[in-house]
Amino acid sequence: MDNNLKETVRVKADNINFFYGSKKALNGINMDIYANKVTALIGPSGCGKSTFLRLINRMNDLVTSSRVEGQLLLDNKNIFDKDVDVVELRRKVGMVFQKPNPFPKSIYENMAYGLEIKGVKDKKFTDEKVFESLKKAALWDEIKDRLNDSALRLSGGQQQRLCIARCLVVEPEVILFDEPCASLDPISTRKIEELIIELKQFYTIIIVTHNMQQAARVSDYTAFMYLGDLIEFGPTEKLFTVPKDKRTEEYLTGKFG
Amino acid sequence: MKISEKIYKNTFMVVAFSSLVFLTGIVLVLFIEGLPAFSVTGVLSFIFGKSWYPTSTPPEFGIMPLISASFVVSVGAMLFAIPIGIGSALYIHEIAGEKQKMFLKPIIELLGAIPSIIFGFFGMVIVAPLVQKLFNLSTGQCAFTGALILGVMAIPVVCSIAEDALSVVPRSFREASFALGANRWQTLWKVIIPAAGSGISTAIVLGISRVMGETMTVLLVTGGAAQIPNSIFSPVRPMTSTIAAEMGEAAVGGTHFHALFAIGLVLFVITLILNMIAEYIGRKYRLKLGLDV
Repeated sequence: MDNNLKETVRVKADNINFFYGSKKALNGINMDIYANKVTALIGPSGCGKSTFLRLINRMNDLVTSSRVEGQLLLDNKNIFDKDVDVVELRRKVGMVFQKPNPFPKSIYENMAYGLEIKGVKDKKFTDEKVFESLKKAALWDEIKDRLNDSALRLSGGQQQRLCIARCLVVEPEVILFDEPCASLDPISTRKIEELIIELKQFYTIIIVTHNMQQAARVSDYTAFMYLGDLIEFGPTEKLFTVPKDKRTEEYLTGKFG
Repeated sequence: MKISEKIYKNTFMVVAFSSLVFLTGIVLVLFIEGLPAFSVTGVLSFIFGKSWYPTSTPPEFGIMPLISASFVVSVGAMLFAIPIGIGSALYIHEIAGEKQKMFLKPIIELLGAIPSIIFGFFGMVIVAPLVQKLFNLSTGQCAFTGALILGVMAIPVVCSIAEDALSVVPRSFREASFALGANRWQTLWKVIIPAAGSGISTAIVLGISRVMGETMTVLLVTGGAAQIPNSIFSPVRPMTSTIAAEMGEAAVGGTHFHALFAIGLVLFVITLILNMIAEYIGRKYRLKLGLDV
């Protein structure tokens, strides 16, 4: 797994600083994120991992009085450039949130939303994409008979897989997971983790997690962040077994968290 | 159970059930005092009768002119109040910055705190002459003026409740929509407004109730002619202002007196039906969206 040379860099963070008002939340982050791999961001609360994740699809644009410095390259194009279309970017970079957030609409309408706002009118094409994505997200068999039911009637785990499926419909390249299992039971969590591993053959995946075991189970690379700094980044196996930095070791062994 | 706990419990129970007592009492009185009118004229000819001449001989008690007046004025008022009320709610919620919002919402709510009599004489002294001049009418006191003033009065109700409904839509819906590549307007139209739909329909119904039940204002600005309006500029006499204007001169216990109660009864039934329809639609809607599971 430690053959970086062969792997393509899909997302490259180049000296990123981020501020909420006058408070600095990220200090000069440099990181390479490889295509078709799962990269986990771990660290104690407030370390900046979610902030960093939300830069990649520019969700932080919604935060007033925030400011970013540095470059974030997606396929060698800086996503902070003025000529970048945020809508286009967000189609390329899907996101799954901490709490499942299906819309109060039917399962089908949830799935078709991404295409609807894109202006796709072709019902057959939409059907195809919706069914295909539900299958990819391993949800099809459970819900194929009730596509017109409200999505809010699904269980929490199903809702989260629906949210994953929903973001697959617009054919992203990168998928961001922001603590996707934080509100789920162990069985649902396992299903999501299996799904993430399954999906990495098609997508580049970045996952923020509080749960170190989860990072160990699903990721190929892990980044340990602390107080806005990237402390250590490397192949998951190495980082977990022979951490280079003392703080990484202390965090992994539970000395703080 | 401790004695003090018992006292608390019973006190609050009495308070909570007092509304029920008031409601029952009022409804009972409406029926007792209103029903005799029907025995004189018959229910159908009372409701659908086209002439309201309670003091001529023989008197005529047909309230269709009054019902149609209430209808025209209320519909007209909502044509003003719904777009402006909901439009301002959307502006406050979606476009206005924190500062504007902190200033705008209280202002609009303050509009709702103005006593209706003030709206009434404002309408009579300022708006009615203006309407008269503008549309070249024989009198400015007409259904249109009433609708205009009532519409303004209903704006705060509609706006305030609609804005509350918009602001309780979870942030996570908005984020999900943006993350899928939607812009602000798509998010607003396709996610936030539908999710706030039942709250927005409540806002509309409460606006209608405010307008239907309003008395002082319509008494002063609608002209008071008890005839079925043939245009929105006809002077009209809605149900509420009829009761207010005539109750003082009707002999207690006479047919006219009972007829006024019967008007109240009809008004009560109409608003009750409106509320039930709204409740039904709201519930169906929430059920369909799965918000009520």
